Amino acid sequence: MSAPVPHEDIGGPAQPLLSIRGLVKHFPIKGGVLNRTVAVVQAVDGIDFDVAKGETLGIVGESGCGKSTTARLLVRLIDPDAGEVLYDGLKIGSQDGLDLREMRRHVQMVFQDSFASLNPRLTIEDSISFAPKVHGLSAAEAKARARELLQQVGLNPNLFVRRYPHELSGGQRQRVNIARALALRPRLVILDEAVSALDKSVEAQVLNLLQDLKAQLGLTYVFISHDLNVVRYMSDRVMVMYLGRVAEIGPVDAIYGNPRHPYTKALLSAMPSMDPDARTQEAPIAGDPPNPINPPAGCRFHTRCPFSEPVCAAKVPDLASVAGDAKHAVACHMNAPGSGHSRIAGAA
Amino acid sequence: MSAASAALSSDAGQVPVASRGYWANVLRRLARDKVAMACLAVLVLILLAAIFAPLIAPGDPYRGSIIRRLRPIGTEGYPLGTDELGRDMLTRLIYGGRLSLFMGIVPVLNAFLIGTFLGVVAGYVGGKTNMAIMRTIDVFYAFPSVLLAIAISGALGAGIFNSIVSLTVVFIPPIARVAESVTTQVRNLDFVDAARASGAGALTIIRVHILGNVLGPVFVYATGLVSVSMILASGLSFLGLGTKPPEAEWGLMLNTLRTAIYVQPAVAALPGAMIFVTSICFNLFSDGLRSAMDVKL
Repeated sequence: MSAPVPHEDIGGPAQPLLSIRGLVKHFPIKGGVLNRTVAVVQAVDGIDFDVAKGETLGIVGESGCGKSTTARLLVRLIDPDAGEVLYDGLKIGSQDGLDLREMRRHVQMVFQDSFASLNPRLTIEDSISFAPKVHGLSAAEAKARARELLQQVGLNPNLFVRRYPHELSGGQRQRVNIARALALRPRLVILDEAVSALDKSVEAQVLNLLQDLKAQLGLTYVFISHDLNVVRYMSDRVMVMYLGRVAEIGPVDAIYGNPRHPYTKALLSAMPSMDPDARTQEAPIAGDPPNPINPPAGCRFHTRCPFSEPVCAAKVPDLASVAGDAKHAVACHMNAPGSGHSRIAGAA
Repeated sequence: MSAASAALSSDAGQVPVASRGYWANVLRRLARDKVAMACLAVLVLILLAAIFAPLIAPGDPYRGSIIRRLRPIGTEGYPLGTDELGRDMLTRLIYGGRLSLFMGIVPVLNAFLIGTFLGVVAGYVGGKTNMAIMRTIDVFYAFPSVLLAIAISGALGAGIFNSIVSLTVVFIPPIARVAESVTTQVRNLDFVDAARASGAGALTIIRVHILGNVLGPVFVYATGLVSVSMILASGLSFLGLGTKPPEAEWGLMLNTLRTAIYVQPAVAALPGAMIFVTSICFNLFSDGLRSAMDVKL
């Protein structure tokens, strides 16, 4: 097996592997006779975050909050409307930065649907060795790498190289997808609901496999899920998204132990508990998220927030550090001294 | 050890397990389909007869005899009778298969290549390119196929080459449509996104990931068009826009023999029967192929 550290480090250990600044993606909805834009879905609307080298950043949120759009922006399956993505300090797609094709070697993705993400006409070996061949490896080298990767994800290469996706179970297929994502020896892997479609026992096996691979290969993960327990188990830091914006971001213990945003609190109290006595008696928040086509002005959560005040509808809260913890940031007027909200945390 | 338990325990056994590929499975299922196999046998028989016509035909397809016109089926020396110019029907039917099969297969093959190309490009690129290609194709699609074939043949003039051109134009739109819709479905699947995320170019993705999933359904559809092409080609010949006398071609023979329908109905119907048998065999075979390929995995 080759060297465990996959790629040349550029900016040193303190440099975040990924820096997202002001990332925006709006999807126009066309309609009418002249095919004009009649509405805009604000899928991702100005988000900033860093992913440090070697950490796992969990991203949580309800359906439609922009998690998957963020994932697709990070691997550049779609282009952002505004904002920049810095990989190890290098701007992606710019003249003096990192070439897009080069970036793809470093950043790979695992999709949710293990079946749809494998070509039904290709053998497992061909699926895994496709990317290395694209990047110039000979057919023999690529095949050797496919076998090595199958071994790493816990599948016997002798049994699986010649098989087709429909002959595999869901867990085996997702292992193959992980091997495929690792085939270019990336440093950053985006896991978009990668275990959500698996049943619980298989999910646990795959999660442990991901942890092992991370340690072995020195990987960095962005782990996207709607399952708060899984995110807590996997992540070093957690980012909570609501309607295309960051609500709260911070170390996993701070988010789960001391949530500051009312939305985070609501999400956590909606988490199913293993203890029947600690059952949630009433719904923490009511209703569905507002339509991202026409999101509420000001703080996007104010329509469902129990502490909503006029300032929340008037002004967009900035993502600011919580007092006493520079790593924990929250976008809420209750955390911003001088915002005019009556329940300001520091003042109370 | 059974295959299932071998698959479950990934450490068991060191013997490589070769799975049958998709196409091997399709062929196996097709071989079990009796109707499709019978049709294939008939088609192969007709094809071989056409190819080796000079060797197996009893007579000369062009030598007529004024005194032996319109003999009935079973006449000595003329097992299938003679036509209105006293030429041996069996010989002419065997020779006629050459042109009729040619006119059935070649336009569909041309349209398969051009239509698949257009459809895959339109489906993969999408957006304005899709709009431009598919709307242009819709213009041709708006005409009934018989009318379009007659109009193009009429404008270009009679002849085999011109008939092929006109029939090709007729078959491009439906094939391109099928190719476009299948491509659009396939390109939205995650494995295409995964290939894009790996940095592969559009051509590589089309070659490795799109074509393998698109060619099958389009090919099945095209096989079904061969019979239509034969019938349209016969129609063009019937109208005097395709092959010209004294060439032996089933459609043309049907045309010239129609005047004798009251004198020798059995003989006059023979070319039509050949067209019928061949086209129904193509249709049933393509149905068999379709169901052999249509497996929910």
